[in-house]
Amino acid sequence: MAQTAAKPKKRKMSRLERKNTLIAYSFLAPNFLGFAIFTLVPVVFSILLSFINWNGGALSTMQWVNFDNYATIFNIDKVIDKFADGIAAVQAGETDWAKLMDKNFLYFFNRVDLGIALKNTLFYTVITVPLTLVCSIALAIALNKAVKGAVVFRTIFFFPYVASMVAICVCWNFMLMKDGPINQLIMALGIPFNKSWTADSTMAMWAIILVSVWRNMGYYMVIYLAALQGVPVELYEAATVDGANKWQQFRNVTLPQLKPTTFFASIMMIISCFKIYDVVAIMTEGGPGRSTKMLVTYIYEQAFAKIKYGEASAIAMVLLVIVLTITIIQFSSEKKFAND
Amino acid sequence: MSQAVMNTKQRAIRKDNPALALIGKILLYAVLIFVGVFTLIPFVWMISSSLKLDREVFVYPIQWIPETFRWENYVKIWQKAPLLTYFKNTAIIAIVVTCLQTLTSSFAAYAFAKLRFKGRDLLFMAYIATIAVPWQAYMLPQFIMMRSMGLYDTLWAMIVLQAFSAFGVFLMRQFYQSIPTDLCEAARIDGLSEYGIWFRIMLPLSKAAIATLVIFTFVGTWNDYMGPMIYLTRDVNKTVQVGLRRFIQENSSDYHLIMAASLCSLLPVSIVFLCLQKYFIEGIATSGLKG
Repeated sequence: MAQTAAKPKKRKMSRLERKNTLIAYSFLAPNFLGFAIFTLVPVVFSILLSFINWNGGALSTMQWVNFDNYATIFNIDKVIDKFADGIAAVQAGETDWAKLMDKNFLYFFNRVDLGIALKNTLFYTVITVPLTLVCSIALAIALNKAVKGAVVFRTIFFFPYVASMVAICVCWNFMLMKDGPINQLIMALGIPFNKSWTADSTMAMWAIILVSVWRNMGYYMVIYLAALQGVPVELYEAATVDGANKWQQFRNVTLPQLKPTTFFASIMMIISCFKIYDVVAIMTEGGPGRSTKMLVTYIYEQAFAKIKYGEASAIAMVLLVIVLTITIIQFSSEKKFAND
Repeated sequence: MSQAVMNTKQRAIRKDNPALALIGKILLYAVLIFVGVFTLIPFVWMISSSLKLDREVFVYPIQWIPETFRWENYVKIWQKAPLLTYFKNTAIIAIVVTCLQTLTSSFAAYAFAKLRFKGRDLLFMAYIATIAVPWQAYMLPQFIMMRSMGLYDTLWAMIVLQAFSAFGVFLMRQFYQSIPTDLCEAARIDGLSEYGIWFRIMLPLSKAAIATLVIFTFVGTWNDYMGPMIYLTRDVNKTVQVGLRRFIQENSSDYHLIMAASLCSLLPVSIVFLCLQKYFIEGIATSGLKG
């Protein structure tokens, strides 16, 4: 009975549905066409390309090579050889662990381009994310108090985020030069340092971190400001009644309330750190040596300077896997935080 | 117990002691001003250097106010490089991308938010999934495709590259979902077509979201460096960012001129930002986390 009643209704609906679907598609079409051609297809193409040996010539020169590109970028044969050598040396009684680590066990991270790029990107991320977080939370809390000119300060702190990379990076580059104002300041403080930051293999990375934190802290400050406004005032009142001082309030009310924001801000930051390119390309071009070579600068170099399309795509897949893993962690934790 | 007593004591001191409160206030402003100076110093240095002679830029001790203001630097840069062309190209790309992006994504977002059709969720998943995929992971195949379409080294490449981003659709959909569906239903009963609903009801209601999207697209396009770097090689096609980069490489020791050119490249976006900063801040506060 229910079926017979549903049947004609369903048929009627389906005509309407078809019409609705057509209308819906007409809304989607302009964007979807562009999106499919210029995003969706390249994404799929990119995965395929990482299994193909191709140097940009005619399409017929493409060659399916399975995992060869991956073997090349990981330099897998040599890494295994070195590792085996290392183990053999240990068995033979070698005790110079520093040398063993450097030359054998950590061969991948110390000698192979991909390993170096991964190591540098990771180092940059591990330093930049907490620094930016601390700065942006501190600024947001300071501005959340009743300060005069809060809007002016907010505008100032946020401004670097909209300023174009080329201009600010070249400016920082000059400021961090041998005789630049920053070194003058450092010397005035009595610390002997007389080098261009970007020409020094240790300081170059710190120059990039400095510019990144300087540029992004205002952006995350705005996010934290919005989150702070959502913290119920009653919580502070209750804490005050319980006799909590300012620091205890911060520890036990503000920070826990900001936890979801901190989590998402960190995820966003980690992902954008792994995609870093502009600052490095303009300030150091990955140098000196390979000291600031990052994942994306490596992709760029292989793809557009050395025209090794297959290898470039394989490195791109490494980046993709890392970013997707972080995103999946975010998604699976989203529920947890929603329930908290 | 003793802890609680101590805390009450501390609180009593804090409340009764205006001097302490004053010190706290002063400390707060000191920190804010210090960070403010740190934030602004590169820009101040940029302005100051752009008005000096090249040999004055790195004198010791540093001179914040130039002895004589060399305004002629700002004339020279326009003669040294086709900056005007760079500005024109960037403006074209930014404006076309912003229009296309806003129009097509609000259109598509309406379908995702308010219409029922087969495959909606699957399609939307595809959009969401590509937001998570970093552009750098597929920029190469995209480049190969664009080149085979003959778009390499044309402004069109930059336009199609950025005009159909999934992020715009996502942002607008989030906003449209907050508009009550009853409103659409009522309009449908009144005989308005779906296009009519989009144009007469959704579009006017989503001004704030559109403003956010417009600003972010404009700034993003204006400041984009890697895209133009890959696609635009001839001088006639270069944007401000890659043009400035060329300027820097060719006049690498003319620090004063580089700073003048850099400052000019910052101006348009700075003006947009200062005029519309309310939308910037609100946009990030509401969408930043989801994006």
